[in-house]
This record gives sequence, structure tokens and C-alpha cells, in this order.
Amino acid sequence: MSLLDYFRTSKASSASLAKERLQILVAHERSSRNQPSYLPQLQKELLEVIRKYVNVEQDAISVNFEQNDTQETLELNIVLPDHQKTS
Amino acid sequence: MARIIVVTSGKGGVGKTTTSAAIAMGLAKKGHKTAVIDFDVGLRNLDLIMGCERRVVYDFVNVINGEATLNQALIRDKNCNMLYILPASQTRDKDALSQEGVGKILDELKKDFKYIVCDSPAGIEKGAHLAMYFADDAFIVTNPEVSSVRDSDRMLGILSSKSRRAEQNEEPIREYLLLSRYSPDRVKLGEMLSVDDVQEILSLHLLGVIPESKSVLNASNSGMPVILDEKSDAGQAYADIVARYLGEDRPHRFIDDKKGLFGKLFGRK
Repeated sequence: MSLLDYFRTSKASSASLAKERLQILVAHERSSRNQPSYLPQLQKELLEVIRKYVNVEQDAISVNFEQNDTQETLELNIVLPDHQKTS
Repeated sequence: MARIIVVTSGKGGVGKTTTSAAIAMGLAKKGHKTAVIDFDVGLRNLDLIMGCERRVVYDFVNVINGEATLNQALIRDKNCNMLYILPASQTRDKDALSQEGVGKILDELKKDFKYIVCDSPAGIEKGAHLAMYFADDAFIVTNPEVSSVRDSDRMLGILSSKSRRAEQNEEPIREYLLLSRYSPDRVKLGEMLSVDDVQEILSLHLLGVIPESKSVLNASNSGMPVILDEKSDAGQAYADIVARYLGEDRPHRFIDDKKGLFGKLFGRK
């Protein structure tokens, strides 16, 4: 690697940084744009129901909505605590 | 059949009013009867950019409220008799515009005009919503800068879900990208997002690139839409944009830094 190359590659250009950040952000915002508006409420109520039986944390539950041409998928993910005493 | 064009961006200060004034003048100069409406209620500025601020008697809200007729409120442009301006009201009442009232005025304008250009205010509040609601075509004015690109993407989301065409399941609004305040030399240095970068992120049809240009401020200082400054690069860029919108095939300009060593040493106008 020549000295010139070193200077050239030592720092990514600010424009490419901007592009990378925007691509991630826009992809994220576009995916949440198509989500049904009831999702946050659903998540909250599900958490309340689950908490009746298992002591889980607020962030232990995630609701994901995915959409493609043929189908819509609602994915529910609950992380249970390690040593759960069931009553 | 009349077409309603909304000039929008989400972010402020990117050149919506400059663009509205320029393309409305461009369309009128091509012989199409055109009306340009300022939707920025409370902060009217299109009249100033068009140089008719001293001729405003009645405004958009007066017409909606039935205090004046459309013909009384429309101001004929001093440079082109095919162009009319409908100024915004200076009222501070946020609810002065109603969907029903705006719809009625647009229907009336459609009978008489070929193109109706709606100059949207910044933001996503009521004025911006009503400016885009009835649109057939959307000109998304974007600067090659992170916050502007993000806001443009948000506007695209709103256009595709909250517009009349979306709500009534009609053919969607045609969306076009206008990349303004572009500096090819800064792009070359890696300091500014390139036109390809912005297109890749937004996946929009590019209608034209408007270079950063001193002529834009000069034009607004004198109240002349920049498209009338035919020698300026920004004026030519807008003329290209109007021609492309009307179906002409024109190669894109102002994307590359064409200035040679000579130009760099002595500068361009």
C-alpha cells in the first residue's frame, strides 16, 4: 500500500457515512410504517396477561409485524426468566 | 384534464417555494394556463418570491370563507398572462383551511386551469397535509443532506397512505425527485451525498438536479422566479425539469463538475 493510499483510505468520506446511516434508518422507518396501529396496545395487553402467570420484564416481550406480497406475519417473542417457579 | 402538482419536502428551507414559483412559471411559459397556490397559512411567502406582494387584496382563506370570489383573489402574474397566483392568508388561525373548502376551490380551478401547483408549507401539519391531499403528482424537493433525505422519505410514506388517491384506492400519486442545492465539486470530494446515493435511498424517479446557485438569491431579491433568469444554471435546471415533466427527453445536467482547471482558476459567473 502506497503512502497515498494510506491517506485515501484512512478515513471514510462523510458522504458515504451519511449514505450508510440513511440506508439503515430509512429501511427501519419504512418497515415500521406499514405496521398496524394497534401493535403497541397489543404488546402492552399481552404483557399484562403474561405477567399474571409469569414474572417477566417489560422488555422481555417483542412483537414483530412482517409483511410481504402474499402474507402478513405477526411474530411474538417472550423471553422467560431462567428459574421460573410455576405456581 | 387538469393536474394538481404538490411541491413538498417535509423539511423547511430546501427550496419548495423557489421550486413552486419556477415550475409554475415554466409551465405557464410553455403555454399552459397555470395557478400556483400558497398553502403556508400564517407565513405567506410565495407572493414575495413571485414579486406580487403589493397586489395581494384577497387570499386563499377569504375565498374559502366566501368573503371573496376566486377571480377576485387570483393575481395575474406580471411576466406571464397564463400564470395566476393565489396567496396564502396571514391569519394565525391554524384551522382556517378545511379539507372541504380546499377541495371545492381546487375543483373550481380545475375547470379553468391546466396545472395547479400547490406550494406546501414545511412540516407534516394541516397545511402540508391539505397541500398534498388532492395531488395527482408530487415533486419532492430534497437537499443532498441527511435530515432532508429522511424527511423526504417520511413525506413519501404520507403521500402513499394519507392522500385522496390512497384513501380512495385510485392510481397512486406520481412522485418525482428534485434534488436541489447540489454541489458537484463537494460530491467529488466525498463531502456530499451524490444524486445516485439519494436515488438509491429514496428509489424515486429523478426529474432534475438544481445546482447550488447564486442566482436563486438574486432572483428572490428581485421577486422574479429564477427560471426567468435563462442564463443562470438554476434557471436552466428548472427549465429542463419543466420540459421533462411535460414529456421531453432531456439529458441530465449539473451533475458533474464540468469546471476545468481554467474554470477553477477564474471561476464561473
